[in-house]
Amino acid sequence: MTVPVAAEKIFDLGPLPVTNSLLMGWVAVILVGLLAWRLNRSLSNGAPRGLQNWMEWLVEQILSYMDQVTGDRVRSRRFLPIIGTLFPLILLSNWLGLVAFSFPVLVSHPTEHLPLFRAATADLNMTLGLALFSVLLSHIVGFTALGFWKYGGKFIKLGAFFRAFAAFGKKPLGEATIGVFVALVDMVVGVLEVISEVAKVISLSLRLFGNIYAGEVLLTIIASLTGKLPPFILPIPFMFLEVLVGLVQAAVFSILSLVYLSMAVDEPHGAEAGEHAH
Amino acid sequence: MDAESMKYLAKGLAIGIGGIGPAVAIGLIVSKAMEAIGRNPEATGRLFVPMLIGAALAEAIAIYALVVVFTL
Repeated sequence: MTVPVAAEKIFDLGPLPVTNSLLMGWVAVILVGLLAWRLNRSLSNGAPRGLQNWMEWLVEQILSYMDQVTGDRVRSRRFLPIIGTLFPLILLSNWLGLVAFSFPVLVSHPTEHLPLFRAATADLNMTLGLALFSVLLSHIVGFTALGFWKYGGKFIKLGAFFRAFAAFGKKPLGEATIGVFVALVDMVVGVLEVISEVAKVISLSLRLFGNIYAGEVLLTIIASLTGKLPPFILPIPFMFLEVLVGLVQAAVFSILSLVYLSMAVDEPHGAEAGEHAH
Repeated sequence: MDAESMKYLAKGLAIGIGGIGPAVAIGLIVSKAMEAIGRNPEATGRLFVPMLIGAALAEAIAIYALVVVFTL
């Protein structure tokens, strides 16, 4: 039994083909939504108890990790709604793939038997969507925080280029020429920055997809090696590994999203003359 | 050797060789982090996030190899 790279289609919902990963994605979204709804209904002031206590602890933990990236509690609180949603959703998606790993539940299809459940993040469509969301959001946040010209100046440094030309009358000729060359190099570096924005999306999405998909493949292969034993005994040690991988990858995705977000709202380096405290 | 088996060989070699560098890099990053924790256990919390970011950046190289494997 193998796990194909693309998620398999289970049924059609009108024009929309529903894959097993999409199904699991809906389950994860509904679970996170239910948790939020249940929590919101019973919020109370004073000493928290039960679920609210756990969730307050979780929010405190997430905030203290976010502080290490942003270095500023105000900014952490500002980004908490985004990161605090991304992290539980990805974590739950990763772990739900383990609950019913690959093939305990099969559905009959006209030609073959397909696994009903597959981690939502083991589908490149899901992770690509998440990565596009966080990178595009970082640009939107950067635009609204810094304004069009200042934020665009982080990539294509036109302002510095014109300033270098304007320096021709004021500075000695040699110094001004070097200034123009430096500005030219800066502009080429700016083009590289634009390319690295695309690389961000690719590496963010493929990192999550690759790790979770490789986990599913590993569990399936180990389960197929069991011989006469029931197929769920031998993969148990590897399940522990996958629990850890799921947690670490969810953390890595959220931390990198936060890094991109807080880099986008930082002032450009030229404007503050290198006195950046990080 | 025909083209089809050559393709499988190329895929295997691409991710196999491409994985060596990031593996060494992540090993170095984590070993240095462990060393730092050993010297100063109170710094564990502050080391964790920068270590993860460094490991994620090193891992990106392996992901480029993975992209090559998928496009082959």
